[in-house]
Amino acid sequence: MIGLDIAFWILAVIGIIAALAVVLLNDVFRAALSLVLCFLVVAGIYITLSADFLAAVQVLIYVGAISVLIILAIMLTREVQRGSPANRLQIPAFIVALLFLGGVAFAVLNTPWPVSGAPPLEPTTSALAGLLFGEGGFILPVEIAPVLLLAAILGAIVLVREK
Amino acid sequence: MAIGLEHYLILSALLFSIGLYGALAKRNAIVILMSIELMLNAVNIAMVAFSRYVVPTLLTGQVFVIFIMVVAAAEAAVGLAIIIAIYRYRETIDATKINLMKW
Repeated sequence: MIGLDIAFWILAVIGIIAALAVVLLNDVFRAALSLVLCFLVVAGIYITLSADFLAAVQVLIYVGAISVLIILAIMLTREVQRGSPANRLQIPAFIVALLFLGGVAFAVLNTPWPVSGAPPLEPTTSALAGLLFGEGGFILPVEIAPVLLLAAILGAIVLVREK
Repeated sequence: MAIGLEHYLILSALLFSIGLYGALAKRNAIVILMSIELMLNAVNIAMVAFSRYVVPTLLTGQVFVIFIMVVAAAEAAVGLAIIIAIYRYRETIDATKINLMKW
């Protein structure tokens, strides 16, 4: 278990530094690369939580697809030279974020969570498949999700099509 | 002290606050979208942590994370398409200058 603790602390520190780099770096392209690092760290966090399937999905979808999409959008819009300046709400935004963090931390540390001592299920892939497609599972949302994806694909094509 | 549910929830809250700050305080629309992705990832960490520590054998939180990922992928695709369409018409993606629908 001590290895898991060390892995968590390393991942947490790298993840927070990468997330801060996303919002603080002035170079949009470097911010996007830090976002990719942050996505990878989240995949590592999933592994420490013994969610192996989700870690693979995270690497495939976020590190693979969404980061490519974001970098492509940065390339297509020539705002890279202008950097990522803050607007005039910088100080109120900082205060709101700090208040939110304080509130959530207070709630988390003062709630008696009903933590179960049972060992986690491993591997999770077949159990997740049973939940998603099996009897009494989440089959209706699974059917709705492709409709949403299809609508998103059609919407994206219509939006960027040349008139 | 061993790593528990609280550690993951605090990490999640930290990432969410950083994303919230970025989404509120940035001008570049792509950076705002990146901050929103950061917030979605933070929520996913909280979901998986609850699933791991509260109901370790039910995996309900992990199912929710899969659906959040589907919605996040759709949101990123449509959001970036909107940003590129706006850039084509107005030559800017500065969120403070895109005020067509403001009154």
